[in-house]
Amino acid sequence: MSTVWVSADSAATSVGADEVAEALAVAGITVRRNGSRGMLWLEPLVEVETDDGRVGYANVAAVDIPALIAGGLDGGEVDGLDRIGVVAEYPWLARQHRVSFARVGVTEPTDLTAYIDNGGYAGLARALSLAPEQVVTEVTTSGLRGRGGAGFPAGIKWETVRTATADVKFVCCNADEGDSGTFADRMLIEGDPFTLIEGMTIAAHAVGATEGYIYLRSEYPAAIAVLRRAIDIAYARGYLGAGIQGSDLSFDLEVRVGAGAYICGEETSMLESLEGKRGEVRAKPPIPALQGFFGRPTVVNNVLTLGAVPMILADGGEAYAALGVGRSRGTQVFQLAGNVARGGIVEADFGVTLGELINDFGGGTRSGRPVRAAQVGGPLGAYLPAARFDVPMDYEALAAADAMLGHGGIVVFDDTMDASAMARFAMEFCTKESCGKCTPCRVGSVRGVEVIDRIRAGTDRDANLVLLQDLCTTMTKGSLCAMGGLTPMPVQSALTHFPEDFTGGTP
Amino acid sequence: MRGDGRVRRGPSGGPPPAVPADAARAAEVRAITESSRSLRGPLLPILHTVVERFGYVSDDDIPMIADVLNLSRADVHGVVSFYHDFRRTPAPSHTVTLCRAEACQSVGAGALYAATAERFSEDSGVEVGEVFCLGNCALGPAGMIDGRLHGRLSSDRIEALGEGWTR
Repeated sequence: MSTVWVSADSAATSVGADEVAEALAVAGITVRRNGSRGMLWLEPLVEVETDDGRVGYANVAAVDIPALIAGGLDGGEVDGLDRIGVVAEYPWLARQHRVSFARVGVTEPTDLTAYIDNGGYAGLARALSLAPEQVVTEVTTSGLRGRGGAGFPAGIKWETVRTATADVKFVCCNADEGDSGTFADRMLIEGDPFTLIEGMTIAAHAVGATEGYIYLRSEYPAAIAVLRRAIDIAYARGYLGAGIQGSDLSFDLEVRVGAGAYICGEETSMLESLEGKRGEVRAKPPIPALQGFFGRPTVVNNVLTLGAVPMILADGGEAYAALGVGRSRGTQVFQLAGNVARGGIVEADFGVTLGELINDFGGGTRSGRPVRAAQVGGPLGAYLPAARFDVPMDYEALAAADAMLGHGGIVVFDDTMDASAMARFAMEFCTKESCGKCTPCRVGSVRGVEVIDRIRAGTDRDANLVLLQDLCTTMTKGSLCAMGGLTPMPVQSALTHFPEDFTGGTP
Repeated sequence: MRGDGRVRRGPSGGPPPAVPADAARAAEVRAITESSRSLRGPLLPILHTVVERFGYVSDDDIPMIADVLNLSRADVHGVVSFYHDFRRTPAPSHTVTLCRAEACQSVGAGALYAATAERFSEDSGVEVGEVFCLGNCALGPAGMIDGRLHGRLSSDRIEALGEGWTR
C-alpha cells in the first residue's frame, strides 16, 4: 500500500490534519508527516506516493479517509474528493521559485538524512573549507539583506561582528515573528528546521561566535517543539557542539521562548528579553553588532535571513545575487494572508508585483467581493489601494510608494474594509504593545486613538486631521524604534488612499 | 554569567519574605530557579517553567526567585508584569484566545471576538482572551482553544469545540 503524506504544520493541523493522519494510521496506512507546501487554502492536503510523484487531494477531512482508501490509494480520482494532481507540478507551486523553502513540505522536518540528501549541509561543508572572511565575502557578494524588515545588508553586519574583539561573540536569531499576516518564519522552522540551524552555524564560523540563541515566540508551540527536537538531533550527529564535523568550529545553540510581547521583535528589545529583562528597546548606538547580548558583539538576524545563508554558501554568492532586481537580490518569501482566496507561501524573485501576488496567486478575496486594499509588511506597514497594485515588490520601489516590505506579509481586504477603523486599530495596537520607554510612542499612540475617534465622530474634523498629521510626524521623527516610528505608516496611508472613510459622523 | 553587570542592590525594600502560604510550592519554585540559574539570562525560562507547572506566578514566587538570582523583587516584578504570558492568577478550566490582528480582522475576527466574549461572559470557567497573531493568517479567524491552534473559526465551531466542557 502506498505511503501517504499529511502535513504536520500548525496551519494544517489547525484545520484537521492530525485527525486525518490519525484516521489513516488507524486504517493501517503508512503516514509520514511533512511540513506544509504553503498552499494553505488546500489544507488538509493529503499526498499519496505514486510512480509519477506525490498526488494530492485537497481539503480532506477524517471522514473522507474510508473513501480515499477504497479508491485504492493509486493516485486516481476519488469520488467526493478534490484531486489536484502531482503536487510538485501544481501550477500555483510550480510557478514559484523556491530557494529558502525548497525542502519545506517535501521532507519530514526532523529527518536529518533526508535534509542532507536534499542538499542540506552542503553550505556548511563549503563554509568550513573557507576562512571566516571569505564566508563573509560570499554573503556580501550575494547582496542578502535583512528579511526582518529593516533590510540591512547581512554581509556588512557580519563583517562588523567578525572584526570586533571580545571574549565571546553570539549569533542570535530573531524568530519573534509577531507581524499579522506573516508566518514564513514559523513554517520554515516547523517544516525545515535544519536550514536555520545550518545558517546559524555558518554565521558562527564567519564571525567567530561560539554560542547561539533563537528567540522564538511562545505563540508558536509547535515550532518550539520541532526546533528543539532538531537541535537535539544536530548535536547527536555532530552538527552542533564541539568540533563540528571534525573541524575546529564549536557552536552551541539553544531555543529561548518569548513571552507574548510584540515589541520583542525589535532587535534591542529582543536582546533585553534574552537577558531576562523587560523588553524595553535600547538606544542605538551602540549597535548590537558591537555591543549586543550582554554587551558582546552579536549577529542578530531574522529566520529568513539566516535561512538563505546555506544556499548562498552552497551555490556561491553570485548565484543568489543573480536573482532579484536593483538592490533587492535573491528571493523573497511572500505570505498571502487575510481575506484571500488562495493564501499561503509564495517564494519569488524580488520584483514580482503586488497585483500578481494578490490576483494571480491569491485569486482575489475569499469572500468573493472586490479587493479594496492590502496592508503590506505587517501592522506597521502601509495600506495600498487596488489602484497601486502595480508596485514591484522590492525594498526601494515600496519605499518610493510610501510603503515597506517588512517581513513580506500581505494582508488582503475586501470592499467592506473601513480604513479609519484600521487606522484607529494601528494606534490601539501601539498603545497595547509599546514598551513604554519613549514618550512619542507611549503617549502618542493613546492620543492617536483619541484623535481618530473624534475624526470618526465628525467632531471638529478639519482641525483634528491637522492634529493627527502633526502627531504622526512627532511619532515618526521622535520615537526610539520602529514601533512608534512606523505606526503612523498605516494611519497616514489610510488617510492618503481612503480619505472618504474619514468623513463619518456629523460635524 | 561573566560581566553581566549585575550587582546586589541591597535590601529590596519592604518586609522580609513572609513564610510562603504553600511551602511545597515554594520549595519547588526554589528548585526550578536554582536549576536554571547558570543560564545566561535565566529569568524568562524560569518564569515559563513556573507558569507551566503551576499555571501562574504567585506573589510568593517573586521574592523566592529574586533571592536565588540575586535580583531585587522590583526587578522580577518588573519582568513578570511586562509580559502577557506570565499570568498572576490561576488559570480557568478553559481558555479561548482569539486573534484580533489585521489578517483575522479582514475575515471577521472582530465580530467573532465580541460574540465569543458575550457568549462566555457569565461563565467563570471559560476565559476569553485576545492575542495579536498566531501565525495562521491565511486560515483566519484563528484562535487558541485550551492551547491548541484552530483555523477558520466561527461561533458554531467554537460552540462545537466547547461541547462537553466541565467547569
